[in-house]
Amino acid sequence: MSDGSVLDHHSPYETPLHRDESAIAGMWLFLASEALLFGGLFLVCLVYSQTRAAGWAAGVRHTDLTIGAVNTLVLITSSAVYTMAVAAGQRGDNRGVVRFGLGAAVLGMAFLALKGVEWGQEFRESLFPGPHFALHGPDSGGAALFYSFYFLATFLHGMHMVVGIGLILWVCRKARHGAFGPAWSTPVDVVGLYWSFVDLVWMLLFPLLYLIGRR
Amino acid sequence: MAQSYLWQDGTLRSWLLTRDHKRIALLYLGSITFFFALGGVGAALIRLQLLEPTGAILSDAAYNRVFTLHGVVMVWLFLVPSIPVTLGNFLVPLMLGARDLAFPRLNLISWYLFVASGLLVLYGLFWGGLETGWTFYTPLSSDYSEGRVLPVVLGIFLNGFSSIATGVNFIVSIHQLRAPGMTWYRLPLMLWALYATSVIFVLATPVLGITLLLLAFERLFRVGVFDPGLGGDPLLFQQMFWFYSHPAVYIMILPGMGVVSEIVSTFCRKPVFGYRFVAWSSVSIAAIGFIVWGHHMFVAGESLYSAIVFSMFSFFVSVPSAIKVFNWLGTMHGGAIRLDAPMLYAMGFIGLFTVGGLTGLFLASLAADVHLTQTYFVVAHFHYIMVGGMVSAYFGGLHYWWPKITGRMYPEIWGRLAAALIFFGFNLTFFPQFILGFEGMPRRYATYPAQFQILNVLSSAGAGILAVAYVMPLVYFGWSLFRGARAPDNPWGATGLEWRTPSPPPTENFAETPVVTTDAYDYGELDARTGVADSGGAHHV
Ligand code: HEM
Ligand SMILES: [Cu+2]
Repeated sequence: MSDGSVLDHHSPYETPLHRDESAIAGMWLFLASEALLFGGLFLVCLVYSQTRAAGWAAGVRHTDLTIGAVNTLVLITSSAVYTMAVAAGQRGDNRGVVRFGLGAAVLGMAFLALKGVEWGQEFRESLFPGPHFALHGPDSGGAALFYSFYFLATFLHGMHMVVGIGLILWVCRKARHGAFGPAWSTPVDVVGLYWSFVDLVWMLLFPLLYLIGRR
Repeated sequence: MAQSYLWQDGTLRSWLLTRDHKRIALLYLGSITFFFALGGVGAALIRLQLLEPTGAILSDAAYNRVFTLHGVVMVWLFLVPSIPVTLGNFLVPLMLGARDLAFPRLNLISWYLFVASGLLVLYGLFWGGLETGWTFYTPLSSDYSEGRVLPVVLGIFLNGFSSIATGVNFIVSIHQLRAPGMTWYRLPLMLWALYATSVIFVLATPVLGITLLLLAFERLFRVGVFDPGLGGDPLLFQQMFWFYSHPAVYIMILPGMGVVSEIVSTFCRKPVFGYRFVAWSSVSIAAIGFIVWGHHMFVAGESLYSAIVFSMFSFFVSVPSAIKVFNWLGTMHGGAIRLDAPMLYAMGFIGLFTVGGLTGLFLASLAADVHLTQTYFVVAHFHYIMVGGMVSAYFGGLHYWWPKITGRMYPEIWGRLAAALIFFGFNLTFFPQFILGFEGMPRRYATYPAQFQILNVLSSAGAGILAVAYVMPLVYFGWSLFRGARAPDNPWGATGLEWRTPSPPPTENFAETPVVTTDAYDYGELDARTGVADSGGAHHV
């Protein structure tokens, strides 16, 4: 178990602060990289939503707006709750970190559960592209493209959610052992950056997958 | 004196769980040497096949699998990681005056990711094989390929995360771990080059990642992302692939430029001419490199106006490369040049890189490219840069820092001989390919018209020489590990901080954190500090 207010003997840093700044910088860089990962996906989305507009819109109309909207609210709330965990960490309030952290994690799981329900519906309605794809007619090609992106994007985002929830639980465990204090709560902050990013990605996916073209 | 990092704790476990950047560099060195050898076997098979117009040893299908193996292994498992993960891992903290990289554990994880990705790729290449070439163009890869697209593509995806981890680690280290007094303009040029490379790792690799993921998704579920039959656009794949892969070709040259800057300065005993220009040219190569990808698609149905713009930017990107070449020559001019093996490699780099860069300009000219694209001219172009340039720099760097890494000198005579032989073998292999391409021989075919045979035989002969020359260092490096003369701290009389600590360095790198008071390459200060007036540093041979 590491006590963050001291450096371990192999550490390349001069002071704990020096190390913690570096950790935050590292997370920002990683997120820049992630932004380009999703950026490539958004690019492809945007291209096809223009070149295959009719079919794309037909696909968008088939998504479940209610679940999507509720999930958006759930995720924003989760992010907000996690912010309180960050604040608690900075006060050195370990119990606050656990409480708010678990709250954020539970909301994240709720998001995944709802997403699972939505996927279940879609599979039952044969909306997964392939030979048995449910939508027919002249625009079905565009609609199938839409659903390819829908599934890939939500899967990739879902994987990020799983990782994020895991990280939050790890932070909660540390907090339960009283790891954080007013002088040191960097892991809470670093995980917070990641969690906000996952939230932000959804904020872009939601309009792309549920709104644009729906009318 | 503290014990060297090599012998601190000799158990296998301590190596496999190490967080010491120097040991991780050696783990990587072992892994990529393996992949270099494997890719080399692929190359040998290609050159054997092309000895005869009808193809000497392989069926057409087998030939396709062999050149794919060669390209995939050489590009992704050898050349992209090459200098950064070995010399870079070893040297970044030492050059900064730091104890380790910013994230030692992440560094180890990146090696494991690399190994896992390598195994996945090998599984695909050997159990089923792949015939798409290293570029995985759709719709061949998505629809028609009978090979193992999935494991290879997912392996490369994983490999990307290993690159990203290394990039993040280097960037944060260079920002955060510079020793007192080590300002940005005092950094060795190697670090500027690795910094620029890391930016590309972090910002370009994820785009390749998502592209390959889309391809895997398409392949797995038969959905139509890139498949025109299902409404997708196969050219979109090329756009996204080259958005990564053109910057990636700079991943495969910038670190070499860094190595050459270090070597040229040391063996001319002069500061690098125009330090700031060389430093910023690394950054501008990385930046401009992001907006030239369209030059790979001139004949793929790109609009004329895009083509003109991409052609123009491609000309721009050669300016910073030329700046570097002129500055190295300016450094050598009037210097007391010592022709030890590292310097021979560096000079080989400068010449061969120049040929590769200039022929890049032929290819970037629209009218010429229509004739030259998809011919051996392109093959010769990129081999001049990647092999003549980057691999030479890698070998030069290995020789130059070998005494520091192992504490032993390599046999200088053999080093020079191998360097000369590599230069000769290389040119014999690839120069004929310029002519072949110019005369119209297309790349990636298992057979060719009989009129091309003479040049092909010359090329294959060169490859034989090259193979022998590449094996030589393996042998004498191995020998020197046990029998080589003990290396002093600073055998070359060089200026970097890495030479101010024992060879091989102790685990914590420096007994106490060094303080930097002068610019990089200040030989006057070096002489004053060591009390040797113009030693020339030549205690070797
Ligand atoms: C001076 C700057 C450079 C310019 C203007 C340039 C230009 C080009 C052009 C126009 C092509 C496309 C030819 C075609 O397919 O018809 C090309 C191909 C290629 N270049 Fe360069 N290049 C430059 C530097 C580099 C560097 C530094 C590397 C690697 C280290 C490199 C590696 C490659 C590779 C691998 C290909 C072939 C890709 C393939 O289709 O398999 N180039 N280059
Ligand atoms: Cu290019």
